Amino acid sequence: MGAGRVVLVTGVSRDLGRRFARAVAADPSVGRVIGVDVVPPRGDIGDVSFVRADIRNPVIAKILAKEDVDTVVHMSVIATPGSAGGRNTMKELNVIGTMQLLAACQKAPSLQHLVVKSTTTVYGASSRDPAMFTEDMEPRRAPRAGYAKDVAEIEGYVRGLARRRPDVRVTTIRAANVIGPHVTSPITSYFRLPVIPTVLGHDPRLQFLHEQDLMDVLQHAVATDVPGTFNVAGDGIVMLSQAIRRLQRPSVPMPALAVGSLGSALRSARVADFSPEQLGLLTYGRGVDTTRMREILAFHPRFSSAEAFADFGSLLPPTGGRSERVLAGLARALPAPPPADQPAGADHG
Amino acid sequence: MGDAEIIPIGTRGRPGRGTGKQPSTAARDLAPNRKPVAKPTSRPTPASRKPPVKKAPAQVPAAATAPVERPPARPATTTRDRGPLAGIPAGDWLAAFQHAALEIFGDRAEMQLARFLAFLRRRLTGDYVVDEYGFDQEVTQRFFMAALRPIAEKWFRIEVRGAENIPSEGGALVVSNHSGTVPVDGLMTMVSIHDHTGRFLRPLGADLVFSMPVVSTLARKGGATLACNEDAERMLSGGELVGVWPEGFKGIGKPYAERYKLQRFGRGGFVAAALRTGVPIVPLSVVGAEEIYPLVGNVPSLARLLGIPYIPITPFFPLLGPLGLVPLPSKWLLEFGEPIRTDEYDAGAADDPMLVFNVTDQVRETIQQTLYSLLMQRQSVFS
Repeated sequence: MGAGRVVLVTGVSRDLGRRFARAVAADPSVGRVIGVDVVPPRGDIGDVSFVRADIRNPVIAKILAKEDVDTVVHMSVIATPGSAGGRNTMKELNVIGTMQLLAACQKAPSLQHLVVKSTTTVYGASSRDPAMFTEDMEPRRAPRAGYAKDVAEIEGYVRGLARRRPDVRVTTIRAANVIGPHVTSPITSYFRLPVIPTVLGHDPRLQFLHEQDLMDVLQHAVATDVPGTFNVAGDGIVMLSQAIRRLQRPSVPMPALAVGSLGSALRSARVADFSPEQLGLLTYGRGVDTTRMREILAFHPRFSSAEAFADFGSLLPPTGGRSERVLAGLARALPAPPPADQPAGADHG
Repeated sequence: MGDAEIIPIGTRGRPGRGTGKQPSTAARDLAPNRKPVAKPTSRPTPASRKPPVKKAPAQVPAAATAPVERPPARPATTTRDRGPLAGIPAGDWLAAFQHAALEIFGDRAEMQLARFLAFLRRRLTGDYVVDEYGFDQEVTQRFFMAALRPIAEKWFRIEVRGAENIPSEGGALVVSNHSGTVPVDGLMTMVSIHDHTGRFLRPLGADLVFSMPVVSTLARKGGATLACNEDAERMLSGGELVGVWPEGFKGIGKPYAERYKLQRFGRGGFVAAALRTGVPIVPLSVVGAEEIYPLVGNVPSLARLLGIPYIPITPFFPLLGPLGLVPLPSKWLLEFGEPIRTDEYDAGAADDPMLVFNVTDQVRETIQQTLYSLLMQRQSVFS
């Protein structure tokens, strides 16, 4: 203690934040980890010392100064109004909280490194999107409300801090949809529905990031001190139809308007935390380019998008898949084993 | 065999298919006390169905004794959960398919069937790979191409010239004229290029394509992506064969009277993309596509209302309804011209607007001249 770095992690009351704080505390180069949130964490936080503070008020500046924090990891960006208690609270936590935290960071002379967990939602989703967003691209339609707008504003404040404190290394991690057996998020609750509504006639491209990879990349960012903005996603693309088939769940295509109103009905019934931004994603999809993540950040996710999704789906019981079982029965009964099958390129129709 | 199991067929007089009062003819025929010759030798015509029913009371005692003779263990036959396809075991299905396949494909049938089954299972379990643009090579090859090939070969009788001008590997940009009211020419170019070179053409489509339901899904699966500089450069530097129709809606939506007159070639973004990535530009001239749906009218106000570029009126659409959607069987000629190299220019060439305009004009002129010469060679529209 005392010799290593002092890391402050916001948003430790939630599962990902708590687990990340514990993982950082296990790092030998880190001397002390301080977890900050408005409510105490629900699980075991191990070596992390928890400070109950609201990042929306200036108390946070005192903590930064008193504890001599040199690294701040900002994970307290809330994606769904449901968990925060309404859209207004969510916006206040996200935007005002970040403003206060960054103001405190600017005043903290000991601060050397700021890591912000952002999301690829900042790119939006529309029919005018390029296939793969690189970090320097702007969303084609600026988000007008909700989580996407919060994140866009947060990133704006983070860039402002980077300008005013050039000595602080600022790393922004734009994570794709985080998925995993223990993650509760709009996208996972969507895939946990027994019958999955899809937007009629659209088959979006999706990218996933495994929860373990999110932990690893944040830890990597804390450990390596590479400044910049990085898209982080598992390799490859999974189409929504493909994902649903892999889960072996039935899907119901319905018009976009109906999916939206079903989503808000599910949200108000607290069945699924369906966020409005999700409708765009489920219609047009989104892909982000991860070249910078590999080459500059030098991070390589362990799970590809498909593997991350498979790991998420492994705990979900299939609710459909009848035709697949019939085919599997046929395949077992067929005496000739399938020949060495070239999935593509061999058959010329 | 003393107590041979009698296999019950029919309902044995118990309530089953009929009213429950009378055994069916099948049951009567099988009843143990009956003479098998009781059946009339000539089958009753529908008009003479009555007599057997009248005869029936005489048979009742014979059938009624049956439950006494045999153990009454068998439960009543139910027809409840018997869907038309349920209850047929997988083995029977398989035997039927195998037999049918043997009839059609000969002795390699089982292999074919197994491969097709494996394909179906891969599709149903989602066990396939798409690239980052959503291109599904398997389904493109097996379905889209297979469905479009007969149209290309039999309906439009496409003749391809200069296919050797398409590089066999590495990035290249195919630039084509656009015509035909509905972008059929793009689909036909995709099939022709695939059949002549084995490469997949990756078309760049307008954003309208990606906002329309169904069309957007098919476009992504077929390998298309949005026509924007980012995607074009990404695909070209990834070594793909990219197709672009720079006339856009101005080209396909032009009236029939202006056929084979090239419209403005956009802002030359495609040339800039080729210059940045240093790939060759292959000009393609398509003759025949202008005649498939001769556009003689447009309803601009309705089109604006619906948010689409034009509403086509052809001599047959909407006059003949769905029949008017059948394209006229014009004879098509596709000529790929000499590739225009872009790797000789220096690094900043793409940012030199004058150079970009010059190369754009060069491509445009090449296509226009080839169109004229192809039109001269063509004897008539339909042959």
